[in-house]
Amino acid sequence: MTDMAAPSAAPARAPLRSLYVQDARTSRRNRQEARFRIYGIAAIGVGLLALVVLLTTILGNGLSSFRQTYLSMPITLTAERVDPEGNRDPNEMGRVTTFGYLPLLAQALEAHLAAEGIETDMSVQELAAMLSEEAPAQIRALVLSDPDLVGTTIDAEILLGGRIDGYFKGRVTMETAEIDRNVTPAQLTLAQALADRGDIVTRFNWDFITAPDASDSRPEAAGLGVAIIGSFYMMIVVLALALPIGVAASIYLEEFAKKNRLTDLIEVNISNLAAVPSIVFGILGLAVFINFMEFNQSSPLVGGLVLTLMTLPTIIIATRASLRAVPPSIRQAALGLGASKMQSVVHHVLPLAMPGILTGTIIGLAQALGETAPLLLIGMVAFVGEYPELMSVHSNSFPLMGDGATALPVQVYSWTQRSDPAFVERASGAIIVLLVFLVIMNAIAVLLRRRFERRW
Amino acid sequence: MLWILLAIAGLGVLGFVLGRQRAIASAGGDARILHSLPVYYGTSVTLLTMVPALMILGLWLIVQPIAVDRIIANQIPEDAVQASTSPGLLMTEVRRLAAGIDTAVERGAFSGAESIDLDAASDIRAALAEVGVALGTDVSPAVLVAAQQFRAVSAASRTWMLIIVGALALAGLVYAYLRVHKDQRARNVVERALLGLLMLSSTLAILTTVGIVLSLVWDTRSFFQLYPWQDFFFGLEWRPSFEGNSDLGLIPLLWGTIYISLIALLVAVPIGLFAAIYMAEYATNRVRSFVKPLIEVLAGIPTIVYGLFALITVGPLLRDYFAAPLGLGNSSSSVMTAGIVMGIMLIPFVSSLSDDIINAVPQSLRDGSYGLGATQSETVKQVILPAALPGIVGAILLAASRAIGETMIVVLGAGAAARLSLNPFEAMTTVTVKIVGQLTGDTDFSSPEALVAFALGLTLFVITLGLNIFALYIVRKYREQYE
Repeated sequence: MTDMAAPSAAPARAPLRSLYVQDARTSRRNRQEARFRIYGIAAIGVGLLALVVLLTTILGNGLSSFRQTYLSMPITLTAERVDPEGNRDPNEMGRVTTFGYLPLLAQALEAHLAAEGIETDMSVQELAAMLSEEAPAQIRALVLSDPDLVGTTIDAEILLGGRIDGYFKGRVTMETAEIDRNVTPAQLTLAQALADRGDIVTRFNWDFITAPDASDSRPEAAGLGVAIIGSFYMMIVVLALALPIGVAASIYLEEFAKKNRLTDLIEVNISNLAAVPSIVFGILGLAVFINFMEFNQSSPLVGGLVLTLMTLPTIIIATRASLRAVPPSIRQAALGLGASKMQSVVHHVLPLAMPGILTGTIIGLAQALGETAPLLLIGMVAFVGEYPELMSVHSNSFPLMGDGATALPVQVYSWTQRSDPAFVERASGAIIVLLVFLVIMNAIAVLLRRRFERRW
Repeated sequence: MLWILLAIAGLGVLGFVLGRQRAIASAGGDARILHSLPVYYGTSVTLLTMVPALMILGLWLIVQPIAVDRIIANQIPEDAVQASTSPGLLMTEVRRLAAGIDTAVERGAFSGAESIDLDAASDIRAALAEVGVALGTDVSPAVLVAAQQFRAVSAASRTWMLIIVGALALAGLVYAYLRVHKDQRARNVVERALLGLLMLSSTLAILTTVGIVLSLVWDTRSFFQLYPWQDFFFGLEWRPSFEGNSDLGLIPLLWGTIYISLIALLVAVPIGLFAAIYMAEYATNRVRSFVKPLIEVLAGIPTIVYGLFALITVGPLLRDYFAAPLGLGNSSSSVMTAGIVMGIMLIPFVSSLSDDIINAVPQSLRDGSYGLGATQSETVKQVILPAALPGIVGAILLAASRAIGETMIVVLGAGAAARLSLNPFEAMTTVTVKIVGQLTGDTDFSSPEALVAFALGLTLFVITLGLNIFALYIVRKYREQYE
């Protein structure tokens, strides 16, 4: 109570000190107390600040990858170029390569500029360089899927190159264009002129979520489709293996195991495995699954197996905690009615512990979903430019699991290793997708806990 | 392969139905006379039908390739072995060719009879390439003969496997069916099997550890056969070159690892500890329930996110505002970058562990201290922290082990140059970065440059394991004090 304000009424006589007046020592101690408190608040503030800065930079860098710039212009699909045989047969037309569609686009752009009355002294190559290298392939796919389009003029939205896209997102400026080999200020000026006429549209970029990865020179076409599928396969493997094995192991350890050497050994192993660095699991996967058992490199099956081994300790620890939370009276009541020990556990204890087990499993899955390092070692960094075949024709590979794939966090890593700065935007965007998945999973876990948690 | 599994499963289902029927029949249709519920009789028959058959099947599939390999390797003529670079390589060729012919037959390139009459004169390589099987070299007659033998032996082995597994499943079915009787203790049989399964699952943890240790030790051994261990453990240079003559010294990597971890702990420990103290001693319930989950969000963020944060934000920031003006270097990946970001990652780890430990200190100690007139901060400093010290040390050790094993932050934030330097703004590298570096991409697993990764992995495993065991020992010992 020393920090009460001193009432001024007390007469001040020098040698005798009043209890109401703080002496130097007390006020020093109080200052110390206040300082200590501030340290605590500051520490929490730093932690929260770090969280906020982390999330805002990722969002700030990545949100723009969900929007993409397209050039909207009419394009004439001249028959002699896209269908030299003239029979409208997609198989015959397939012989015209992507490269053959490039002049078509360049001509269309030139004609469009002339129609709009925009003057430019750029060469055709320079004009074509403004468009994405992916654009001819997209037009080709469009034509092959609908041969009736041949000979007509369609209004198409054509993917613009990464630098032009970056200009409209503020990443590329006239100054950086001066020193950039891939874009010239003239191209940017032209793009701006087109934009002033409303020919440039920026819209939601579905391709970012559905398209496969693209090569180094086409950041604007790179997407996450294959990575999402790969992550999804792996999560299925993890769920199918880690949940049953983890629950079985926990039931044994919690309900049946006698206290002996073996049980102790298992317990020590589980708690140590939970703290082994993830990269060591990658080495295990490389040595055992790929070099020894000769599974395909970079297949989601191997990734799933490695992640299963990593997630097991988490699931076992969570499951044991929720089994322990079921009161013994439930077991005793079951035993009293003639159930065997196994029946009491399977029919009564396990269903009651299920919400806790599921919560733990989802949290384990979320951990596995974000894990990168072990997957790098088992070769999941390989470039995968196409969707894996749904049913593989090779008899010796597992359906769905044998083909090479990549995973969300690994895709982030491989994009950070590319030289084009546009991939940084893509990597941040991929992280946003990853974080959305994680938030959903954790929210489900929290809801499960809220909804079904019982206090005995 | 698939249909034999289906056949066994079919027999299992049949066994279930038959066993259940026989049990009810033996009780004269009154299920109450049975020792166990009818389901258990059915399941016990299914188990005896399927489990031995599946076990033999699995064993066969593991043993067959090894046995066939050995038989064929013995039959290859001596001069063919000498002509090849190594017997192992020759066997790989034989296996590839055999698998290639099998695939070709499957896709209808040639019929089964044609495939046996193939001779080395016809261009097998081109024929196989047409169906999408790429062979490295042209086929020599000896290899072709061996490959044909390989196919013949494999086919014979497969036939025998089908016969034996099928017979075993049938025998199990009949035996179990005949044993079904109303007094048979079917529940006990089924439950014993189930218990065995549970036990098996729980030993997976041991198997994983054994797998980790074996795979690390095995390849580390072959590394030390190619590279002297003294040079690895005491070498001051890390300069791998894939032409050979690499310097693969551990010291610079270890120094980078320790330096980065130290900075990470310098960031994480004070912040985490003060946050924990505030949360445990000062914060009201409302603040606590709001702030604690937010701090723990930091723990749920994948490390690749921190890595990207280091790469695109923290690194350039430190370079432009600290390193470059101070003249300490102009690299955006540096020890400081990785250390600070890793420290942020460890804050929730330190704070939630310390929070638990501080909360475990009995209230009576606090009350005693207040009663003697101490302020809250004096109580924390002079009573609670000393009481919680062993636990906090344990938490710090666990955080250190996390920092040492962390990979993605250092891969993206610390750089790849192995250096022995004190300047924290210079790029350095760590053990984990080099494991990733040496093992990604196309690697030749017989070169010391790739195998060194396993030695690094073993070093990492031993260090983190030691730290973990020590930390758990301290924490556990302390916990017993007040309980």
